[in-house]
Amino acid sequence: MPSTHITSAYDEELKYLTRRISEMGGLAEQMCADAVRALVNADGALAQKVISDDAVLDHAEREIGEKAIITIAKRQPMAADLREIIGSLRIAADLERVGDLGKNTAKRVIAVQESGIPRNLARGIEHLSELALIQLKEVLDVYATRSVEKAEAIRQRDEEIDAMYTSLFRELLTYMMEDPRNITSCTHLLFCAKNIERIGDHATNIAETIYYMATGHQPEGERPKDDRSNTLSAILSDD
Amino acid sequence: MNMMSDAAVEKALDKKMNDVSYKMIGKDVSVYYGDKRALYDVNLNVRENTVTALIGPSGCGKSTFLRCLNRMNDTIESAKVTGRITLDEEDIYDPAIDVVELRARVGMVFQKPNPFPKSIYENIAYGPRIHGLARNKAEMDQVVEASLQRAGLWNEAKDRLHESGTGLSGGQQQRLCIARAIAVSPEVILMDEPCSALDPIATAKVEELIHELRTNYTIVIVTHSMQQAARVSQRTAMFHLGHLVEEDDTDKMFTNPNDQRTQDYIMGRFG
Repeated sequence: MPSTHITSAYDEELKYLTRRISEMGGLAEQMCADAVRALVNADGALAQKVISDDAVLDHAEREIGEKAIITIAKRQPMAADLREIIGSLRIAADLERVGDLGKNTAKRVIAVQESGIPRNLARGIEHLSELALIQLKEVLDVYATRSVEKAEAIRQRDEEIDAMYTSLFRELLTYMMEDPRNITSCTHLLFCAKNIERIGDHATNIAETIYYMATGHQPEGERPKDDRSNTLSAILSDD
Repeated sequence: MNMMSDAAVEKALDKKMNDVSYKMIGKDVSVYYGDKRALYDVNLNVRENTVTALIGPSGCGKSTFLRCLNRMNDTIESAKVTGRITLDEEDIYDPAIDVVELRARVGMVFQKPNPFPKSIYENIAYGPRIHGLARNKAEMDQVVEASLQRAGLWNEAKDRLHESGTGLSGGQQQRLCIARAIAVSPEVILMDEPCSALDPIATAKVEELIHELRTNYTIVIVTHSMQQAARVSQRTAMFHLGHLVEEDDTDKMFTNPNDQRTQDYIMGRFG
C-alpha cells in the first residue's frame, strides 16, 4: 500500500480483510492437498478432516463479506480502496469454491477406497493437483505482493493444467473401456480430476481480480484454454 | 496488438472530443491576491449541459477558479486575474463586457443560503425586474412560479409567497437561492459548496435538482464531499496548491484516477 489513510482505523479494516483472505487461502490450499493425499492413500480419516474444515472456510467467507459491507457503508471507499474491498469479496468467493471442490474430492475417497486406484492414475491425479496447487500458492503470494506481472503470468499458465486434465480424461476413458468394472471408480476419479482442474480456474480468476485491484483495468484478451475434453470423443475414435 | 487497441482508443477519444461543445473555456488562468499567487496557468474547459465538479483540499484554488467564471474576484480589490476566459467564445474579461449582464448569464449559488431579507416572491422577482425580464405583474408571477417549480420549492412555498424568505428552513432557503439564480435565465450556474450547510435530506433534494437542471443549464460545482462530486457530476477537475492536477470523466476520476495526488486525496490518504 502506497501510503496510509488519515483515519488509521480505516487502514486496520483493510488490513483485516487482507489478513483474512490470506488465512482463507492457506486453509483452502491445505484442504485441497489433503483431499488428494486422502484419495491417493485411501485415507478416510484425512478425508473426514477435509470435510469438516470446509465449514471453517465457509464461515471465514461470510465474515469477510460482512466486514466488507460494513467498511463500504462506513467509509464510502473510492478508487483503489474500493477495488481492494470488492476484490476481497470476489477472492473470498473463489477461495470458498476451492474449498468446496476439495471437500467434494474428499467425499469421493470413501467411494473409491474399496476398489483402490491404479498406480499410474494416482500419479496422474497427483501431478494434476501439484500443478493446481502451485497455481493457487503462487496466486496467494501475488495477493500478498500485488505484482501485476506475476498475476498476468499465472493467468497464462492455466493452459498446462487444462492440457494435463485432458490427458487424464483420456486415460480414464481407456480404463473404462478396457474393463467395465472400472467404471464406478474411474467416474469418481474423473470428477476428482475435474475438481482439481476447476481449482486452477479459480486461481486464474483470483489472478485476474488481483490484476484489476492493482491497475483498475481488466486484463486484456481471452485467457488461454487447453481443456479439450469436450471434444475428446472425436479424438478417441481417431485412434 | 497493444498498439492497435491504443490507436482505437485514441480514435474513439478524438471522436468524443469533437462531439463535445464547450460553454466556457479557461486558458492559462492565473490569479494573484496581492503578492500571493492562488492559481497557476489553469487550462480548464467547461462542457455545455454538463455538471463539472471542482475538488481538492482547502486552499487549492477551486473556489478561486469558480469565482473567475463570473468575475466575482473583481469584488476583491487586491485580486488580479490573468489569462483568458470565454463564455460562448466571448472574452468575459473584455473591458466592453457588462459585468452585471455577465453575472445574469453566469449565476451563482453560495455555500450559505443567503436569501434577501424580503418575501419569497421578492427574492425571485428582484433579478428579473432589474434585468427587465417581465413586462407586467402576470408575467412576473409566471417567472416566480416557474422558477420555484424548477427549484422544487413551489409546493412548499406557494401558500407563503409573501412571507419572508429568511423564515424558510436551511434547505428551503438554499433552494430559494437556486430558484433566484434560475429566475434570470442564466446559461451557467456556479455553485460553491451548495450543500455544506444542509442536512442529508435537504442535500439529496439539492442534488436531485442539480441533476434535473443539467438538461437546461451548464453547472460548475465546488464541493468538499467526494461522494457528492461522484454522484452529481459528469466531469471532475482536481486542484492542488493552485494547479489543475487533472480533469476527466467523473466515473474514471473516482474509480481509477491517473494522478497520485488525486488518488491520495479521494481516498483520504496522506500524499
